[in-house]
Amino acid sequence: MVIDRERRYRLLIVPPLFEEMNRTRRLLVGTMRALDINGIDSFLPDLPGTNESLQAFESQSLHSWRTAMARAARHFAATHVLALRGGVLVFPNALPGWVVEPVAGASLLRQLLRAGVIAAREAGEHLDSATLLETGRTEGVRLAGYACGPALIAGLDSARPLDEGQREIRQSDLGGAALWLRAEPGDDPAQSARLAAIIAAGIAA
Amino acid sequence: MNEDSDAALRDVLGQVLGLNAARVAALTPATPLLGALPELDSMAIATLFGALEDRFAVLFDDSEVTGETLATYGTLLALVRGKRRA
Repeated sequence: MVIDRERRYRLLIVPPLFEEMNRTRRLLVGTMRALDINGIDSFLPDLPGTNESLQAFESQSLHSWRTAMARAARHFAATHVLALRGGVLVFPNALPGWVVEPVAGASLLRQLLRAGVIAAREAGEHLDSATLLETGRTEGVRLAGYACGPALIAGLDSARPLDEGQREIRQSDLGGAALWLRAEPGDDPAQSARLAAIIAAGIAA
Repeated sequence: MNEDSDAALRDVLGQVLGLNAARVAALTPATPLLGALPELDSMAIATLFGALEDRFAVLFDDSEVTGETLATYGTLLALVRGKRRA
C-alpha cells in the first residue's frame, strides 16, 4: 500500500515478519491513513514472497528482505522509516525513524519451530524442535505454513535487531493489547492514531 | 520479577485470544482452553508460549507444551507458577 502526494516527509514502513505481518496489517493501514491526514506520505511494501509479491517464499532470506527494503527506501525516496518487531531485523537503518518492540530472530524462530512441533503432534507425528531446526538448516522446512529455506532459518537463528539511533516505541506507548499477539487479526483505531501521532510529532521536531 | 503470575497470565492470554476485560476476569481454574477455543490453533499456542517466555524470562521445553498443560486455565497457571519457581 502506498499513499504518495509527493510531500516533504516520506515514511517507509517495514512490517513484522510471518504471521505478525497479517496480524498488524489493519493497524498499519490505519496508521498510514492517519499519517496522510497529518501531511505525511507513507509506503508499506510487501516483503518478497509475501502478500502480492510474485516471488517464492522458500527462496527468501533475511538478506533478500533487507535488500528489498533498502531498494524500496530508494525507490520511494523515503526520508524516515518505521520498523516493527521482526521488521527491525531487515530495515534500512541509515534512515532516521522509529522501531516498535524489536525482537531477536531467535525468538521468532523458536515460535515457528514450536508451531511446527504442535502441528506435527496434531497430525500424529512426533518431532521435536531440535530435529525440525536441523532439517531446516540443511534442506529447509515448512513451519506454520511458511516454506522456510535453509538461508532464512540460518539468518533467523542469529539475527539481532538492527536499530541504530532510531527511537523505540513500546506497546505501552500505544496503549491497548499487542495486536501482533492476537490469533485472529484485529484492529484498534486508537492505536493507529497514537502511532501516527508519535510519528507526526517526532518527524517535524 | 515479582509480577503476579495469575494477573500476568490473564493479560497475555487476553491479548493472544483477543478477550475483552470481562472475559479475562471470568477465567477460573476450571475454564477449558484447548479444544474449547477454536482460535487456539498451533500458531496461537506457539505465540502464547513465546509471549509467556518474554514476559517471565523463562524458556519452555517442547514437552511442557501439551494437551494436558493447556487443558484448562488452572493447568496452564500451574505450569507457569512451577516454571517461575524453578
